[in-house]
Amino acid sequence: MIQERDELAAGKPCLVTHELSAFFGQSRVVSNVTIDFRDREVTAIIGPSGCGKSTMLRCLNRMHETVPGASATGTVTLDGTDIYAPGADPIAVRRHVGMVFQRPTPFPTMSIRDNVAAGLKILGRGAPRGSDVEDIVEGALRHAGLWDEVKDRLGESAIALSGGQQQRLCIARALAIRPRVILLDEPTASLDPLSTQKVEELVYQLKQDIAVVIVTHNMQQAARVSDRTAFLLMGDLIETAPTNTLFTAPTDPRTEAYITGRFG
Amino acid sequence: MSALRRRKAGNIVMLALTYVAAVLATLPLLFILFHLLQQGASTLTPDFFTNMPRPVGEAGGGMSNAIVGTLILLGIACIIGLPVGVGAGLYLAEKRVGALAMTVRFLSDVLNGLPSIVLGIFAWQFLVRPFGRFSALAGGIALGAMMIPLVTRTTEEMIRLVPNSLREAALALGYPRWRTSLSVILRTAMPGIVTGALVAIARIAGETAPLLFTAFGNAFWSTALDEPIAALPLQIFAYAISPYDEWHAQAWAGALVLIVIVLIISLAARHATRARFGSAAD
Repeated sequence: MIQERDELAAGKPCLVTHELSAFFGQSRVVSNVTIDFRDREVTAIIGPSGCGKSTMLRCLNRMHETVPGASATGTVTLDGTDIYAPGADPIAVRRHVGMVFQRPTPFPTMSIRDNVAAGLKILGRGAPRGSDVEDIVEGALRHAGLWDEVKDRLGESAIALSGGQQQRLCIARALAIRPRVILLDEPTASLDPLSTQKVEELVYQLKQDIAVVIVTHNMQQAARVSDRTAFLLMGDLIETAPTNTLFTAPTDPRTEAYITGRFG
Repeated sequence: MSALRRRKAGNIVMLALTYVAAVLATLPLLFILFHLLQQGASTLTPDFFTNMPRPVGEAGGGMSNAIVGTLILLGIACIIGLPVGVGAGLYLAEKRVGALAMTVRFLSDVLNGLPSIVLGIFAWQFLVRPFGRFSALAGGIALGAMMIPLVTRTTEEMIRLVPNSLREAALALGYPRWRTSLSVILRTAMPGIVTGALVAIARIAGETAPLLFTAFGNAFWSTALDEPIAALPLQIFAYAISPYDEWHAQAWAGALVLIVIVLIISLAARHATRARFGSAAD
């Protein structure tokens, strides 16, 4: 069922799932998905609403299990280490696999600076201090393309920013702890076209360093930003291919039906 | 056309009714404040805050002991009521279901509805009788016990208002669960919790019944925790039922001071919460 075609040279697999299934109580929302996400590549996950895109994404940093009654089976390895192995610490996993959500989620009680530094404070003994924190905050904000807009008001509340700025702030916050992979769950769904464009440009920047997985219900967006695309339907992974190939010459008739707009 | 006119008329009527209700809601407070100022302001000299009560017939005198006593009692109540109440509220909000959470929620509602005189009797039974003396500590604990359910339920409500997306954002950053609760959830809910705590303090500041057989009141200066202590509500009660006109005036002034204390606590705490969030929050 899974179609794997010409390999791109860009990256080695760094986050790999094998027979991954996800459940809410007894109901299975993701079935036996085996897929790899590669270093310095953007992988888009597309599919109709309710097909399990977000749930699958949330399995990749063990956020799925934070919902009462939710569980997952199968394996997910990050650089060869099974993040679902007994004794694997979900907190450590989440520090290596960052996540940004559909709606911007700045911490409303914190300043812009503290929002970006929020993930650093909890690193324990290895936590950076003083001017190191300032440098990391600046680096993360620059990386997220937000520095010039906020450099003069780092001490102000984060909720004073616009929606698009808040979302880039959340990306900066995720980047500050230097994750191996960043998961974007419909990051532009609540943004206007201009902010969407900025976030998409940012996604392009991100893949220079790390692996990016983006869930989107917008096929144009998937075509614009991703190197490879996975099509999910009713919890099944139908097809994975380089984005150009998937959108121009899909192998599975269901993929073709979806991308030509016959359903979904 | 007439349907539209009817709707407009209905709109005006309902709007007028809400205006009337809004005015009626503030009217008792305004009336009380006005009456208190009228009756108590003339007695309210600087002496009232610095002097001890004087015997009947002697002019002047104040309630310094009762003012300090009330502040001490409120302090003890807060030391007990705030940590326990906020902690229990956090537990209820994060746990939601489960036998213990259901039980705690139910019992805290029952405690909330418990007549304060009953609480006073219990405090007397367990905190006064075994030690053979009335004490400030017993009064403070009784007030603290009254505070706990109030703070618990408002804390729970306020924490539930924090969107789940914030919790997820913190967890996704690698925050441990306890850290998420404390530095993100509780902090975000803090203005609401502070307001709830203030309402609770205001509620108990005027309580008389739990103090009747615990703090008991004291005609003399005392700040010792294991001695009977004066309190404004007790003093007001004692003076108001007395047959002397000058004591009645003192009671009015005491009531005014009590209200002003509550007002000052509210304003100070509001200022404190606002300052923490910086200028952008305004």
